[in-house]
Amino acid sequence: MRIRPSAIVMTVYILFLLLPIYWLLNMSLKTNAEITGGFSLWPRDLTFRNFATILSDPSWYMGYVNSLIYVVLNTVISITVALPAAYAFSRYRFLGDKHLFFWLLTNRMAPPAVFALPFFQLYSAMNLIDTHIAVALAHCLFNVPLAVWILEGFMRGVPKEIDETAWIDGYSFPRFFARIFMPLIANGIGVAAFFCFMFSWVELLLSRTLTTTVAKPIGVTMTRTVSASGMDWGVLAAAGILTLIPGALVIWFVRNYIARGFALGRV
Amino acid sequence: MVLELKGVGKSVAGRPHIHPTDLRLDGGTMNVLLGPTLSGKTTLMRLMAGLDQPTTGRVFQNGEDVTGRRVQDRGVAMVYQQFINYPGMTVYENIASPLRILRRPREEIDRRVRETAEMLRLTPMLERKPLELSGGQQQRCALARALVKGAGLVLLDEPLANLDYKLREELRMEIPKIFEASGAIFVYATTEPEEALLLGGNTATLWQGRVTQFGPTAQVYRQPKDATTARVFSDPPMNFVPIFREGNRICFGATANAPAEGALAALPEGRYIAGFRANHLRINRHSGAAVEFDAKVLVTEITGSETFIHVGHGEDRWIGLVGGIHNLEAGAPLSVWLDPAHVYVFGPDGELVVPAGYALAPQEKVA
Repeated sequence: MRIRPSAIVMTVYILFLLLPIYWLLNMSLKTNAEITGGFSLWPRDLTFRNFATILSDPSWYMGYVNSLIYVVLNTVISITVALPAAYAFSRYRFLGDKHLFFWLLTNRMAPPAVFALPFFQLYSAMNLIDTHIAVALAHCLFNVPLAVWILEGFMRGVPKEIDETAWIDGYSFPRFFARIFMPLIANGIGVAAFFCFMFSWVELLLSRTLTTTVAKPIGVTMTRTVSASGMDWGVLAAAGILTLIPGALVIWFVRNYIARGFALGRV
Repeated sequence: MVLELKGVGKSVAGRPHIHPTDLRLDGGTMNVLLGPTLSGKTTLMRLMAGLDQPTTGRVFQNGEDVTGRRVQDRGVAMVYQQFINYPGMTVYENIASPLRILRRPREEIDRRVRETAEMLRLTPMLERKPLELSGGQQQRCALARALVKGAGLVLLDEPLANLDYKLREELRMEIPKIFEASGAIFVYATTEPEEALLLGGNTATLWQGRVTQFGPTAQVYRQPKDATTARVFSDPPMNFVPIFREGNRICFGATANAPAEGALAALPEGRYIAGFRANHLRINRHSGAAVEFDAKVLVTEITGSETFIHVGHGEDRWIGLVGGIHNLEAGAPLSVWLDPAHVYVFGPDGELVVPAGYALAPQEKVA
């Protein structure tokens, strides 16, 4: 069988992409002695001790729990706030609507670091430091504009006549929104939720600034593993693998929405 | 139900979309809004429905002022030009949705949905989703949803415009039957004069946001109040030629003239504009009184058994509709004939001075 050049290029590229992930997995299944001792393409001395450590030690696994709590909180808040806002932008013309819409987007142009200081000061004053809601609210600054932007694109694709037909049929606004409108833009909600989830999951700077112990996310836990006894390479690699899993799961569940969402809306 | 518009007008950003309009639509009547695109049919309909609020005037239902009342509480139904259904629901659920909002008992909903579906021949499609249906079926589903709740006012905004010829014919036959069964006020917007004539009832002609005439359809067609109404209610468009009366003769342009007889006998001396419909322009001497014009063929359009002949006569362009197939060469000279009894005479401002003689002939009353 002849092998096509395009297939070779593709294989090389995929191997290149997968290499760091494989290496992380490789390390997570080795002992520290093997990692630091030399070079091996696969674990000679296969061990699950690293994963066992993480899943049994609260100071490790609470990192995941904390991260998931504020990420889910943030996604729910962002979508809940963005839905009515996007509806207004897609359906009504009002003074300065286009400027406001653009201004929303410009929020995303600033690096999160810019807002670390004001958020820290503000949340200290409000006694919100080291709570899940603090991180969730801080991430809203970036996620609400994004969600509004994405949802507006999807809503614009729904003819206004559907709304009017629903009023004429006697639907009240909340009922129309929940029963007719939201199912029509389910793809958009999926896409928007995906982007909110991913941003909040990977964002490190704000979540580190705003938490200390109780709401400390996994990313922060991972950066603070250098102890008196040196670096625990294996456990760190295992933590990395476990951090990839929620993202992979979310992508798996919304993959159909995302594909259609990219085709239909604005992402 | 009786729907009354009193001085209802709508301006957007200072530009009038609908000039103040008085209109009274009685219960159980079919009312056609006839006008070209952008003449204000849809805007007027949205004002009737309550989807838009008028800038001036009041809307009354059964004598009660409903201006500013929510659409939900108005008891109206509407069908759009686009096929608007709820894509996520089955046809059954689509039709049932207005009744579910009204919290009708389950058995009643089921009975009425099935009756309406039967009337619109949707019974085999009840369990399907609207987007799986053909265009005609989708529009019938929208019609069924509009009719099922028994609204007193049913607004149809060019419901057949997006359908192909065959389906359009089919639904056009059905709509009058549905209307008779419902007993509601029907308002039907269309750009096609032919559709207005087929539906009968009353017709309001619209031109640039103004209702130029409202009355029984046949009367509006035969006795248009002014040149604008005649132009709107004529397809192909009405032909015009300047005329003047001198003594006992009516002169058509520079070349032709005819004795002032019949309806034209009473015409005072002066200059006028004469209007006549395409089917009254002939290419043979069809009556003794016909006036002959020397014209030039511009285009011929053959549509099956009839031919539209576009001719130029001096500055004017006319369209004649003649039976049979005539393949005339563009640019060739052609004699055309016009019977003065088929001519509407309009004054310089477009107002009707003398209606065409044939239109005054006795005709059956249109209810």
